[in-house]
Amino acid sequence: MQNGEIEHIWKLLNSVPDPEIPVISIVELGVVREIKKTDNYINILITPTYSGCPAVKTFTDDIKECLKMNGFSNFKIKLTYDPPWTTDWMSSQTKQKLLDYGISPPSNQTVCPQCKSTNSILVSEFGATACKSLYKCKDCLEPFEHFKCI
Amino acid sequence: MSLLNYTLRIGDSSLILAQRLAEWCTNGPTLEEDIALTNISLDLFGQANGFLEYAATLDGVKTADDFAFKRNENQYYNFLITEIENGHFGDTIIRQFLFSAYLYLFFQKLATSKDEVLSALAAKSLKEIKYHLKHCSSWVIRLGDGTNESNEKIQSSINKIWEYTGELFELDQIEKDLVKKEIAVNREALKFEWDQIINTTLNQAKLMRPKDQVMKTGGSKGIHTKHLELLLKEMQFIPRKYPDAKW
Ligand SMILES: [Zn+2]
Repeated sequence: MQNGEIEHIWKLLNSVPDPEIPVISIVELGVVREIKKTDNYINILITPTYSGCPAVKTFTDDIKECLKMNGFSNFKIKLTYDPPWTTDWMSSQTKQKLLDYGISPPSNQTVCPQCKSTNSILVSEFGATACKSLYKCKDCLEPFEHFKCI
Repeated sequence: MSLLNYTLRIGDSSLILAQRLAEWCTNGPTLEEDIALTNISLDLFGQANGFLEYAATLDGVKTADDFAFKRNENQYYNFLITEIENGHFGDTIIRQFLFSAYLYLFFQKLATSKDEVLSALAAKSLKEIKYHLKHCSSWVIRLGDGTNESNEKIQSSINKIWEYTGELFELDQIEKDLVKKEIAVNREALKFEWDQIINTTLNQAKLMRPKDQVMKTGGSKGIHTKHLELLLKEMQFIPRKYPDAKW
């Protein structure tokens, strides 16, 4: 019974979109680390992508809202830094979703989301959010964002 | 209490440097560099927040915001190098390069601290600092090995800022005691590797390493340059003037 409940919550949180890249969920992004039940409390452990990621506050609120809407009231959300978040936690399906959305997924090799060319040039090591950098495709000449590998 | 003081020292340096870098917002020499400096700033704000939150836990009464917004300059323990003014872009890049190289080594060691919170925060911060160091090193090389003018300017930046680097490798009794307990990092021992990183990059950049002179020091005792007071005035203005203000 309890396992069913935990599984149900994982499913619910898997429907909460990442505030900055709504095509993937916060579970797929890897920021929800653990869901556990102790003493009638559901403990949810989350971790930030980057230390200063401004989306942490947003997705914490989104988790609260999602759980409340689904009838849960006894829960605690805790922030952890250990182990530090890594892009290795993203599955290949998640990476494919990023590519379809127009972001070159985390890998040492960039892929142009337009023409799939791997021939590109770094335009800026920093992008619109902490987790991305900016490239330009040398084949189709389109600029694109690349999810930094950390 | 010494662990609280130690945690504040780490958090303060990140916080003050983050605030300094934020001054570049909309003032960067190019759009990409504007975004880079403010992204580095954001990482450092995040790291500072982690350390100050831990300080709040250790203190038991004060919050992280209390530590950030309700202390005067003589209660801040950051390194002096983090508070000096931005100067021109080359000055900022040199400061960031020298300090990132230090933080990179420091967090590597702190990640093995016996204090679990400090080690987790260090491991997290390290990933970000690596990227900052890479970015700044490439700029040091580009500017040093650029035109005569860029070389002269950045050489004078490093000559000017050098006197603030001695403090990074000085230990006082509080830290020595924590080093013995394997909580704190023996920063004196980081000097050798730091020298290697700095020398390699300066060589590549065709820049001269300044001679070690009399070094400025005092940050860990709360003795600061005149610049910190002004920085805090700006950073603390709203919480001090409107203590109940909410975002
Ligand atoms: Zn392309």
